[in-house]
Amino acid sequence: MSELSAFNAPTTEKKPEFWRWQEECWVDESKDWRSAKIITCGIDVGSVSSQCVVCVDGQLYAYNSMRTGNNSPDSARNAFKGVSVKTGLALNDLHFVVGTGYGRVNVPFSHKAITEIACHARGANYMGGNSVRTILDMGGQDCKAIHCDEKGKVTNFLMNDKCAAGTGRGMEVISDLMQIPIAELGARSFDVDQEPGAVSSVCVVFAKSEALGMLKAGYTKNKVVAAYCQAMAERVVSLLERIGVEESFFITGGIAKNAGVVKRIERKLGIQAMETRIDSQVAGALGAALFGYTLVQKQGPAKPLAAAA
Amino acid sequence: MITAGIDMGSRTIKVVLLEDIKVDGAPQLQYAVRKTHIIFPGDLDQEEAAEKVYGEALAAAGLARDQIASVYATGAGRKQVRFATDSVTEMTAGARGSVYMFPSARTVVDVGAEEGRGIKADARGKPTDYAGNEKCAAGAGSFAEAMSRALQLSLKEFGEASLRSGKSIPMNAQCTVFAESEVVSLIHANTPKEDIAKAVLDAVASRVCAMVRRVGIENDVVLIGGMVHNTGFVQSLKKAMDVDSILLPDMPEYVSALGCALLAAESQH
Repeated sequence: MSELSAFNAPTTEKKPEFWRWQEECWVDESKDWRSAKIITCGIDVGSVSSQCVVCVDGQLYAYNSMRTGNNSPDSARNAFKGVSVKTGLALNDLHFVVGTGYGRVNVPFSHKAITEIACHARGANYMGGNSVRTILDMGGQDCKAIHCDEKGKVTNFLMNDKCAAGTGRGMEVISDLMQIPIAELGARSFDVDQEPGAVSSVCVVFAKSEALGMLKAGYTKNKVVAAYCQAMAERVVSLLERIGVEESFFITGGIAKNAGVVKRIERKLGIQAMETRIDSQVAGALGAALFGYTLVQKQGPAKPLAAAA
Repeated sequence: MITAGIDMGSRTIKVVLLEDIKVDGAPQLQYAVRKTHIIFPGDLDQEEAAEKVYGEALAAAGLARDQIASVYATGAGRKQVRFATDSVTEMTAGARGSVYMFPSARTVVDVGAEEGRGIKADARGKPTDYAGNEKCAAGAGSFAEAMSRALQLSLKEFGEASLRSGKSIPMNAQCTVFAESEVVSLIHANTPKEDIAKAVLDAVASRVCAMVRRVGIENDVVLIGGMVHNTGFVQSLKKAMDVDSILLPDMPEYVSALGCALLAAESQH
């Protein structure tokens, strides 16, 4: 057994974190929240990333996107703090806060929790316009295919949250394995002499060993990444096909930034995904903030929040 | 006569060299294991690894290739064994080896690195039914291995730690990749390591058990594969399967290779 135990000895050294994606805080400098009538906030605490979006009078004003910590309430607070520092907004300036995502019930300063499915549809409707009918949300630990109407209301959805294949977490694993920064994976996956076949599209653990096998067989890293992007595309396309794809087609979530996966999904579906200038990762929080706006219009502002929340 | 069995697993490669012994008056042939050998292929491809493990085993036993009457291969990479006389499935090899070691065994639970499966065997060691999961790493050894890494425990410590826990914390995640994050959250929440270890092993056991139930649980039950070394897992599996005892072979990783060597020997008669 000595050989076995040596092989399984825990490793403690700190490795560079190739999976670490760019956290971002953005403010629309052309707007001023001080002159706005209704200020609403959406907080999306996901399994991998957390976002805070602030809308003024139903328009996107600011967002902050960062990695989820090990505690949902703190992740929610930190997400808002980023926006707060940049804009001077305090919690008691907000007329309504909606929590969404996997940790939505743990947002300490929210007035209401709404599922991320409803929020992504609403956010995509804002980002892509009211022609959006099919949304693919490729999140950190799940993948959802959503149908919605012209108002961004969900009419049907399917999701995979049991398996890391086809999720952002799976992509992080490959980025780490290949030692390629996650933002470069897409471009690298096209830098190949020939498109390889897909690795296992079912299990990330198996895909990982297959990827190592490919490297041993002389594949370039880029080619392995291409094989993985292909597998991920196959996986989500099979989910999409079960629900059907109606145009316009919009992709939200972190993987929307990975052209290596997006282009391969488009190729398989024969449909182009809509383009947007807004960060695809904030779609859920944006939808939440927009729901807040509608609620304030209907029932007036909620009780101001204590600054200490 | 000497025969060889090679088990080309996804993680390790095992070889067994077997010699038949004629005992006067005995109704059946007796066999003796001449040599066992295991390697981690590391950077080698499957073909090279097969050559290496076989060559090393022969050298250690002081045998030449032409002294081996027949070589059978099994496991995920069995087709890569160029020098094999024939190959058999993991089910055939696992059932044959298990029933040879424990003639009363009828249900074989085989938990390898990347696959877990339940096999139903008859009295001659032939598989009559099996259920496995080849698509997902949950319910296989690599799941436990990944979790022990997250806990920074060796596999042995991991199993022993789980035995010290009296709690049962359910794991929500089915996927190995997600479970790893769940384990990290449990660590951050200051959950004792032994409770986390038990939660993980209970989860693997319940998934393995679900597969075995599909073929039906018939006594006696034998567990083969590297997870036999994990005492915590054996305990969790016993509980999940609701059986009083599980037979555990001495050299659990070699059972399928042994089955191969036996089948190779039987093919010569």
